[in-house]
Amino acid sequence: MRNHFLLAVITKISLTRLQSGLAKTMPTAHRAAKLNQQRLLDWVFRKATWFFTALVFVLLAALLLSLLIGSWPAIQAFGFDFLFSTQWNPVTEKFGALVPIIGTLVTSLIALSIGIPVSFGIALFLTELSPPWLRRPLGTAIELLAGIPSIIYGMWGLFVFAPFFAKHVQPGMQSTLGEIAGIGFLFEGAVMGIGMLTAGIILAIMVIPFIASVIRDVFEVVPVMLKESAYALGATTWEVIWYVVLPYTKTGVVGGIMLGLGRALGETMAVTFVIGNAHQLHASLFMPGNSIASALANEFTEADGDLYTAALIELGLILFLITFVVLACSKILLLQLKKREGKIS
Amino acid sequence: MKIPIYTRRRIINAINLTFSVLAMAFGLFWLFWILLTLFDKGLDGISFATFTQMTPSPGDTGGLLNAIAGSLVMVTLATLIGTPVGIMAGTYLAEFGQRGWLAPVTRFVNDILLSAPSIVIGLFVYTVYVAKVGHFSGWAGALALSLIVIPVVVRTTEDMLRLIPNSLREAAIALGAPQWKVVTLVTWRASKVGIMTGILLAVARISGETAPLLFTALNNQFWSADMNRPMANLPVVIFQFAMSPYEYWQELAWAGALLITLSVLGLNVAARIFMRKRDF
Repeated sequence: MRNHFLLAVITKISLTRLQSGLAKTMPTAHRAAKLNQQRLLDWVFRKATWFFTALVFVLLAALLLSLLIGSWPAIQAFGFDFLFSTQWNPVTEKFGALVPIIGTLVTSLIALSIGIPVSFGIALFLTELSPPWLRRPLGTAIELLAGIPSIIYGMWGLFVFAPFFAKHVQPGMQSTLGEIAGIGFLFEGAVMGIGMLTAGIILAIMVIPFIASVIRDVFEVVPVMLKESAYALGATTWEVIWYVVLPYTKTGVVGGIMLGLGRALGETMAVTFVIGNAHQLHASLFMPGNSIASALANEFTEADGDLYTAALIELGLILFLITFVVLACSKILLLQLKKREGKIS
Repeated sequence: MKIPIYTRRRIINAINLTFSVLAMAFGLFWLFWILLTLFDKGLDGISFATFTQMTPSPGDTGGLLNAIAGSLVMVTLATLIGTPVGIMAGTYLAEFGQRGWLAPVTRFVNDILLSAPSIVIGLFVYTVYVAKVGHFSGWAGALALSLIVIPVVVRTTEDMLRLIPNSLREAAIALGAPQWKVVTLVTWRASKVGIMTGILLAVARISGETAPLLFTALNNQFWSADMNRPMANLPVVIFQFAMSPYEYWQELAWAGALLITLSVLGLNVAARIFMRKRDF
């Protein structure tokens, strides 16, 4: 197929060459003009691609700059206190970002603590256990989970999962986990179905496909020889995974987890539906809270007053910076993996 | 009682592998639960009127026509704006960017944009466009969506162009083809399927996006072909109707949710099938 294509291209180009060869009688000046025209076209094309690349670059700069300018009134008014204040009062115009920041971090942490082991299990199943004919359909099914729009997760979470959770799971958690001294306070309060824990669980479902597919991909780059050597020494499947595959791929796995974390931090719609949107700080995970993204989604269009809008834009800026740092970390880790991969092969 | 070490290792193995199977089942469980709910609740809401009538006011009956049309218009426009930019930039990264500072920096920037929270993109378009113009508009929505399309297309275009063997380029250059012809007639054509897949995936991603539209296109209860006015779109309608206390609105929201999920998953599957056709 590719050869056909190559042949076609070559024939086409050589035909044009042939024609120009036949036209040797063409005056030299004409030929030089033609050559110059091609050179010009080349230059135009190259510059055009350069221009659009620069545009992408400028886009990020513009994004950062506009967020910075938009949030300037709030930065001026509150300074660093913005990061540590729990107040959020549109009436007196006192704003602090601590509640949404903590909400974002806590829900993402819950998502990761559920998502990491499950994704690891899925990747393990897909690379080592699954019969080959099942691998593709199962892999696709997990990736489809990533394709479902986040608003669907939110609706489903609010109308289907939250009532189910409040009725069947939360009371059970209170009577078991809630009784354990030390962590019992995490599960106090009325069971409403919505709250930080529900948001965290739904985020977990959403990040599983991302983490799982990265882990699966890095598991697949492990040289078969390494694994087979371990098997030949009598290692069990689990021991091969735990002592051979995982150490070999650990930077890649961490990179994948960071990628999932990035997604969880910035997720908006799913969280907005189920987190409860209350600007309060609670120790209990059953209580409603707020995340940066959901605060933005809920309040931005209704915000009146420059300071209110500026404070919300500053929230967005903080969110962007957090995801930026997480992403940069994951990039560096994945790069390291690539370097090592290059050394071995 | 002391368990012999071999038995213990085998037990640990069995336990952990069982956990792996359970994890797989756990993942599939959610997929099926969500899809089942969607079909269960969404099918009731879908009728002929869904596709022929406007979104209703409270207590009224209606459909989702303006929302569907608005979504289609904005997604199409966003794709039309974002794809050329993405393809050109991806081409630069793969073909011309070997030297210089721009390519590595842009590659990094592109990855950041690729996973930037979509709500921040909406915020950006709001501050630079909506706030300046003074009103929400369909153009702003399309612009916000195109900012999500660009990084996806840049990434796939670059990846696909890199898969083209250099011998192909060299063959064309050896025949005297100018560089722009090499790119447009040889490498682009050879990676056509891959680039198309990337575009399909980008379309799938923006069709379900809600967050960036909240601050840009907002919503419109009526039919509007004016891109300079707020424009109805499926995700935001679903959001508003689902959060509303009216049962009929919620039913419509489920119908919309089913439509949007089916189209997004359909696009995803189509992209996958398309990709498999790629022969190298």
